[in-house]
Amino acid sequence: MYLKGENISFGYRKDDLILNNVDISLGSGEVLGLVGDSGSGKSTLCKILAGYEKNYQGTVSIDGKKMPSNAYNPVQLIFQHPEKAVNPRWKMKDILNEGHVVSQDVLSSFGIKTSWLERWPNELSGGELQRFALARALSPETKFLIADEITTMVDAITQVQIWESILDIAEKLNIGILVVSHEKNLLKKVCHEVICLSRINNAGLYNELAFRDMQNASLGGMVPE
Amino acid sequence: MKSEVMTNIIDGSGSEALLKVRDLSLSFFQYTSGLRQTELRIISNMNLEAYSGEVLAVVGSSGSGKSLLAHAILGILPSNSRLSGSMEYKGQSLTQEKKEELRGKEISLIPQSTTYLDPLMRISDQVTGSVEKKDKGLMRERQRDTFQRYNLRPDVGKMLPHELSGGMARRVLVSTALMSSAELIIADEPTPGLDERSLDETLRYFKDMAKKGCAVILITHDIEAALKISDRIAIFYAGTILEEARIEDFTNEGENLRHPYTRALWNALPQNRFQKMEGHQPMQDELNGGCVFFERCSIRTEDCSKDIPQLKRIGEGLVRCNNVS
Repeated sequence: MYLKGENISFGYRKDDLILNNVDISLGSGEVLGLVGDSGSGKSTLCKILAGYEKNYQGTVSIDGKKMPSNAYNPVQLIFQHPEKAVNPRWKMKDILNEGHVVSQDVLSSFGIKTSWLERWPNELSGGELQRFALARALSPETKFLIADEITTMVDAITQVQIWESILDIAEKLNIGILVVSHEKNLLKKVCHEVICLSRINNAGLYNELAFRDMQNASLGGMVPE
Repeated sequence: MKSEVMTNIIDGSGSEALLKVRDLSLSFFQYTSGLRQTELRIISNMNLEAYSGEVLAVVGSSGSGKSLLAHAILGILPSNSRLSGSMEYKGQSLTQEKKEELRGKEISLIPQSTTYLDPLMRISDQVTGSVEKKDKGLMRERQRDTFQRYNLRPDVGKMLPHELSGGMARRVLVSTALMSSAELIIADEPTPGLDERSLDETLRYFKDMAKKGCAVILITHDIEAALKISDRIAIFYAGTILEEARIEDFTNEGENLRHPYTRALWNALPQNRFQKMEGHQPMQDELNGGCVFFERCSIRTEDCSKDIPQLKRIGEGLVRCNNVS
């Protein structure tokens, strides 16, 4: 199964394209890294792939089929700030089980304690909330995860814990992950392959995706000067 | 008694600190159900010293309350908070009036969240706004220079905050703080979301500021960023500082580090061993009066669960553990 974005162009203003004919493809079970300068359109691309942004040109498809608009979205986006992705007036158990009941398996593999379910969002730390955000995203229909800087705000130990859990579950469920991060060392540890969203000329167009194999990569050479 | 001991330990170093924080504790009052109030303790017995010409990093996970340290120093805590302990700036007690007088002038904050920008104000007005409007032209020129240094296009000045990307907004915040001539700069998570080039540049600029004689307190969860420019690193965990180590101690497998948590943190970095440690940082209601690291510690003894260990000096660093020497 492949999630494909083809010829995607997008600009927040008419005269200023952020993405220009970008192609991207993510397979089931694949862990793909995405790097790029800030402002190069990484988060915008994520939003388009997950269906948050509608006014783009080009197509997003899964195995050639357009994304369903009414059914549960098989592409789930996880944000950098989990505290902004939850309702502060709901308890964690309600947040978690809105829409579908998350299995005990998923909960325990993310290290979510049963006692945390009775807490309010402001009683949990960023790392703990992020685990909830991830567990919530893993419904039976979920086929792809887009992780937009999801461990940027947590400490190194929590980062290892979270990534071990995700990779473990993704492998079990054959889920494809797009990992957006500035941390090259992290990408080297978790990804199979990394691509780069880069600025091509000074006119503010970003349009090339460079593919490299992680096995023979020092990522340092990838980001264009 | 306790604070006397502390003073003796910490004053081992020679020159006078620009900012001294002693036994700082901070708690919040919260309504739980109806009118019932609880006190939530965020910071307990924190000691810090910032020296001119040095970068001190305070490293801890997000949500652990380290940003509130910055807010406490600047006097911008909300009214339901209670602060105890003492702070001294240039040898004088730092009272609320003093804080209000100094902030934005001698003490400058680079805030954590990009939501600190006014959504309805053009960027250039926000950036120059932190300086007195004696000479608009000069300010504009300085703004242009600063923007150029941070790789911000000149037309960014005319934009509104929602038009910026995360990294751009952060660079705008850094520029804003650098427009004033502050002596103490508190940078609260200035790095997340910056690409490597901008990150290195931002960090280098903090280092430059320190070289020019500023004291810089870098509050961050990003130990890698801290390692690049700091002189000392203080490890913040569950509301207190577990270890303060010189930068040279962070090498190899972390054998020069004293506290088991610092060592685990070092080994968890992706460029080191990417090694996991079980457990999570305790929440305030899970603390039982003993060492805050007790649950996860590999070298704990029975005594550790009875009392919070004192901060003691070992070699060049400070550490809060009974079982290291």
